[in-house]
Amino acid sequence: MSKTLFASRGNLVGLLLLAVLLLVVFPLVFDIFRLNLVGKYLTYAFVALGLVLCWGNAGILSLGQGVFFGLGGYCMAMFLKLEASSPENTKIQSTPGIPDFMDWNQVTALPWFWEPFHSLSFSLVAVVVVPALFAFVIGLAMFKRRVGGVYFAIITQAIAAILTILIVGQQGYTGGINGITDLRTLKGWDIRTDHAKLILYFINGGLLLGALLLAQFVQQTKLGRLLVAMRDKEDRVRFSGYDVSSFRIFVFCFAAGLAAIGGAMFTLQVGFMSSSFIGIVPSIEMVIYCAVGGRSSLIGAVYGTLLINFGRSLLSESFPQLWQFAMGGLFIAIVMVFPDGLAGLYQTYAAPLIARRFRSGRGGGRIAAASTGSRVH
Amino acid sequence: MPTQNDFVLSVEDLAVSFDGFKAVDDLTFYVDKNEILVIIGPNGAGKTTVLDLICGRTKAIAGSIKFHGEELTAKTEHEIVRAGVGRKFQNPSIYETLTVFENLEISYPRGRSVFGALFFRTDAAVRERIAEVAEMIFLEDCLSMRAEYLSHGQKQWLEIGMLLIQDPDLLMLDEPVAGMSVGERVKTAELLNRIIRDRSVLVIEHDMKFVEDIAHKVIVLHQGKIISQGAMAKVKADPKVVEVYLGH
Repeated sequence: MSKTLFASRGNLVGLLLLAVLLLVVFPLVFDIFRLNLVGKYLTYAFVALGLVLCWGNAGILSLGQGVFFGLGGYCMAMFLKLEASSPENTKIQSTPGIPDFMDWNQVTALPWFWEPFHSLSFSLVAVVVVPALFAFVIGLAMFKRRVGGVYFAIITQAIAAILTILIVGQQGYTGGINGITDLRTLKGWDIRTDHAKLILYFINGGLLLGALLLAQFVQQTKLGRLLVAMRDKEDRVRFSGYDVSSFRIFVFCFAAGLAAIGGAMFTLQVGFMSSSFIGIVPSIEMVIYCAVGGRSSLIGAVYGTLLINFGRSLLSESFPQLWQFAMGGLFIAIVMVFPDGLAGLYQTYAAPLIARRFRSGRGGGRIAAASTGSRVH
Repeated sequence: MPTQNDFVLSVEDLAVSFDGFKAVDDLTFYVDKNEILVIIGPNGAGKTTVLDLICGRTKAIAGSIKFHGEELTAKTEHEIVRAGVGRKFQNPSIYETLTVFENLEISYPRGRSVFGALFFRTDAAVRERIAEVAEMIFLEDCLSMRAEYLSHGQKQWLEIGMLLIQDPDLLMLDEPVAGMSVGERVKTAELLNRIIRDRSVLVIEHDMKFVEDIAHKVIVLHQGKIISQGAMAKVKADPKVVEVYLGH
């Protein structure tokens, strides 16, 4: 029962292939415009990774991951906006030195909760801590009361709706429906240039691989096995002396933290953040990415995210109306025909072929892990 | 406050009702150190409810449950387990997709907090303990087998093993030999008699032959109340027991 950082050799190979694809193949194949788009897609993959642990492994379906993605993105955007709103840049405003949308909304002083976002280190910490804390509060309120399943999903969805309404309504403090736009520099470094976009793409890719490793580490610890165990046999885990709710809170916060990093990288690469990434629709789309990848496969989640978003780009460039139907149809097909998504297809068809070709030891570890994780109820 | 009794478990005036129906009513009994107490009674007598109450799954409306003098009724399930009460369910409740080894490993009482579990390592002490328990439950040759492939009786033993590895002072077993073959029953009785040396056991069972083999003391429940208790021979001769339970 030797356990390494990676569940098995197959996993290590999969990880290396993904790293090569993200960090070598994509930058060589795509021009900077497309690469920046891929970078944007990959920020959603952070959310999908969190969902694998939270939904695939622990069985907690959150339909509000956009909330954490958005909060992370907003924390980053607030810092960038303040830097872009220096008194020189905003001297034509009636109150120079505050973000433009505040000026348009007759706000005359920077609100207190914006003040700390002058500091980059505070903002970077806030990117992870604010969404994780929010998730902690939700988790504490829900899981301690043993709210789960459909009820939990509905509540997360309601939270996504409420937060969207709040942000849109508080236009003067949040930028409203337009979001926080016109972001320019990070500590004087212009993030809008092609060169900056290339560097940000690599930072994003590196962070994503790091997040994947971290999630894989969590998955193969005793905690990871307990998450699956409490999904399938909650009472047994509880009567083995574990506080089930605290484990659920942990995995929910972990997923929120990952989503938030994705959100912050989105803001940096796309150059704005708005309430349209928080609401119900994006939150559900993120669940679809995870489902398409195979809800208990971390690497699958990244491919699922890429596949759906490439599909969206291709289809919506040629047939804009068709995309929504295609996506809905795909989701139904996945649920009904391939409940284990891309990872399931790989395990069923490709993995045996590869194993026969190489005959390199026993790759049983990964298959066992995948089938452990893929019990659906 | 010195309590003069040294009972492992004292249940006093315990009551619970579901929608006005009193499932357990004014129940008082004690479990001694190193004692096997068996609760018998017809279906719906409230036997499983008693276990649910002790392990915190159901909350009592009145009465007290003291374990080593410590009140359990206000504690949550995992706190009760950590205090030293282990519970086996009626249907084997094990992790089917994990191996026997992993089932025991996950039940090992270390790394029970979130971060404890995150940095838990299966070291020599854990392996040794798992091997020891596996031998006790007759599964030493099945450690790497997935639990779903075990026979029904072996699953029951595995669940008992998952409790034993926590070394509880009180072990509660809900119908441990239901669905077992004759041979397996004999082995289970032997197992219980072996593990009793360090702990007390509370058993719910229907199989009278098995009860006679293991019980030090028997309690007969009927409609949530104790109608008879004492040694098996005495209980068997009680006309009330014969009428509601044994007589058919």
